[in-house]
Amino acid sequence: MSVEDPSPPAAARPPGRLLARFVLLALVGVALAVGAVAAFGPVRVARPSAEVALPYTPEPKFAVEIRKPAGPPVFHTGIKDANGKSVTMACAECHKTREPNAANRLGRPMAFFHQALKGQHGNLACVACHNSTEANASLRLADGTSLPYTEVMQLCAQCHGPQYRSYQHGAHGGMAGYWDLSKGGRTRANCVDCHNPHAPKYQPVQPARATNDRGAAKETGHE
Amino acid sequence: MSEPKKFALPVLGEVDRRTALKAGAATLGVTAWAAAIQPWFEWTTELNVDEFLQKHYRELTAEQKLAVFRHLEEDAKKQYGADVHISDPLPLPGVQYAYALNLSICIGCRKCAEACHVENNHDRPTHQSYIRVFEMQKGGIDFAKGDCHYDHPVPAPDKYYMPVQCQHCENAPCVKACPVEATWAEPDGIVVVDYNWCIGCRYCEAACPYHARRFNWQKPEIPADEVNPNQGYLSNRVRPQGVMEKCTFCLHRVREGRMPACLEACPTGARVFGNVLDPDSEIRWVLDNKRVFVLKEELGTKPRFFYFFDK
Ligand code: HEC
Ligand code: HEC
Ligand code: HEC
Ligand code: HEC
Repeated sequence: MSVEDPSPPAAARPPGRLLARFVLLALVGVALAVGAVAAFGPVRVARPSAEVALPYTPEPKFAVEIRKPAGPPVFHTGIKDANGKSVTMACAECHKTREPNAANRLGRPMAFFHQALKGQHGNLACVACHNSTEANASLRLADGTSLPYTEVMQLCAQCHGPQYRSYQHGAHGGMAGYWDLSKGGRTRANCVDCHNPHAPKYQPVQPARATNDRGAAKETGHE
Repeated sequence: MSEPKKFALPVLGEVDRRTALKAGAATLGVTAWAAAIQPWFEWTTELNVDEFLQKHYRELTAEQKLAVFRHLEEDAKKQYGADVHISDPLPLPGVQYAYALNLSICIGCRKCAEACHVENNHDRPTHQSYIRVFEMQKGGIDFAKGDCHYDHPVPAPDKYYMPVQCQHCENAPCVKACPVEATWAEPDGIVVVDYNWCIGCRYCEAACPYHARRFNWQKPEIPADEVNPNQGYLSNRVRPQGVMEKCTFCLHRVREGRMPACLEACPTGARVFGNVLDPDSEIRWVLDNKRVFVLKEELGTKPRFFYFFDK
């Protein structure tokens, strides 16, 4: 390992307290040599052994909450109103009158609208996920079923079975709260909290500051 | 659990420590003995006679424990200016903890190590943590080529990341190495250290194949407003100078049913924790359904910390 290896154990300790302990142990030893050893009963260990206990499987009393998107996304026009608030539009305002264009795909730039949208998710067609028969106010499963935006995880699940299965078993997507649901609840992130549906690759981050081993850090001044 | 281990005193041969203390007391009378050894404590302000005479933690009654905890709380107030609460949640019967980490998911962001630093009242100046994250070359597990001081956006191309902390071995070399039984495995599998009993010999540190144990060379420095006041006697209370410390799976949290701090802090969801004895638990599903492995299996340490890749 590239860890600065700690020095050999023995001599390296702050004096005082520990020295005192060793001296004490020796003292105890002398006292003991004088005293009688045999007179004392067996040692009691207070903690019970778990070996006999049945597996602990409490009834859940608290819920596991998966965060959900608030609802259909809105279109940001980029225009500010008189109060400086940005003006938004519902998707349907344009799409209820527009013919859907099945040729639009995530693998290539949008030609004359939604250009800000940079796609990198295979080469999926927009209409594979957005429900053009409902003016894009909903999502669409592969069999054509309409799906509210709040239930987006079902959309991901149909193409990413293994990850969804892992997620359901707590092995993908993480959680916060209680492992023991009889004591408290749990919250979980949605697929789209970690993955942008249009470019789902998890984004690189700057790591937190490196941690140090105090032992290693102090070593030099010590020996 | 097995018979209490014996340790050897040079003068006496094999005798267990409690018997030694008792015998010492019986010979001189507790008060006389305490008075007789008082001068030794004048060498140092950190240890008082009560603490030395404290019996081995596992033999304390509930009231005796409370007395020790109150004393430690007062001490924290004096030394750190912080109002802390020290508790001692007991292991739950029928629970064996295990931890698993998905190496396909971990991106090496060190959020876990950071959370550990804060949760466990680590020394601020050295930025200490029980978790070390290795940046590893894809294609093998070669710690010699691993780097834990990287400082660039992660994940980097061709690298994967391996956080390493105490593996809570069933067959723990550190526990065997301890000459005074100051470290042991609890019935729920958590390997703990009694900081009041540890003599700081560092044999355990040398024995641990995972470099998971740390030694307190100096008194930890933590500003009063940064001290985490929710403290466990066997876990995150501020450790005195001169003792060993290590990850406890956040014993003070998990025995109350909560997740370890490092798991909650993980933004990628790479960590899985729980009770392996519960057939419906997440950790059990991982152990049953993923190809998990342990570090340095050949040493026979039987870690409770598992790693896996999705494919
Ligand atoms: C101001 C009008 C306008 C609004 C509001 C709008 N779109 Fe569009 N949208 C367009 C235009 C124009 C196209 C065609 C672009 C092209 O063919 O290159 C388009 C294309 C699309 C497509 C590609 C499939 C198709 O039908 O061509 C999808 C999917 C889509 N929009 C979704 C949305 C969603 C979701 C919203 C709401 C968040 C939204 N749009 C809001 C104007 C709009
Ligand atoms: C993999 C499924 C999927 C595909 C393919 C997809 N979208 Fe989306 N899109 C979504 C989801 C889910 C949301 C809602 C995100 C949210 O709730 O934050 C969304 C949101 C949007 C929005 C509004 C929010 C924003 O990012 O501006 C627009 C506009 C949009 N999509 C357009 C498109 C267009 C155009 C295409 C094709 C080039 C496309 N989408 C392809 C799943 C998809
Ligand atoms: C219609 C099928 C389909 C749907 C629906 C779908 N995906 Fe995908 N996804 C794919 C395909 C195909 C790829 C492989 C892309 C590639 O290899 O470049 C992929 C790749 C990914 C990746 C890996 C990206 C990378 O570059 O590493 C992630 C993450 C992902 N999808 C998440 C999601 C999420 C989250 C959703 C729901 C919002 C979703 N997908 C919905 C088909 C789908
Ligand atoms: C807490 C964040 C988080 C959540 C929630 C999450 N994922 Fe992921 N997912 C990740 C990370 C991190 C990776 C690994 C990415 C990497 O290394 O580039 C990943 C990888 C993936 C991949 C790519 C796997 C591969 O082999 O390349 C898919 C597909 C995926 N996730 C789908 C999903 C789906 C579907 C959901 C919802 C059921 C989901 N994820 C929820 C964080 C998350």
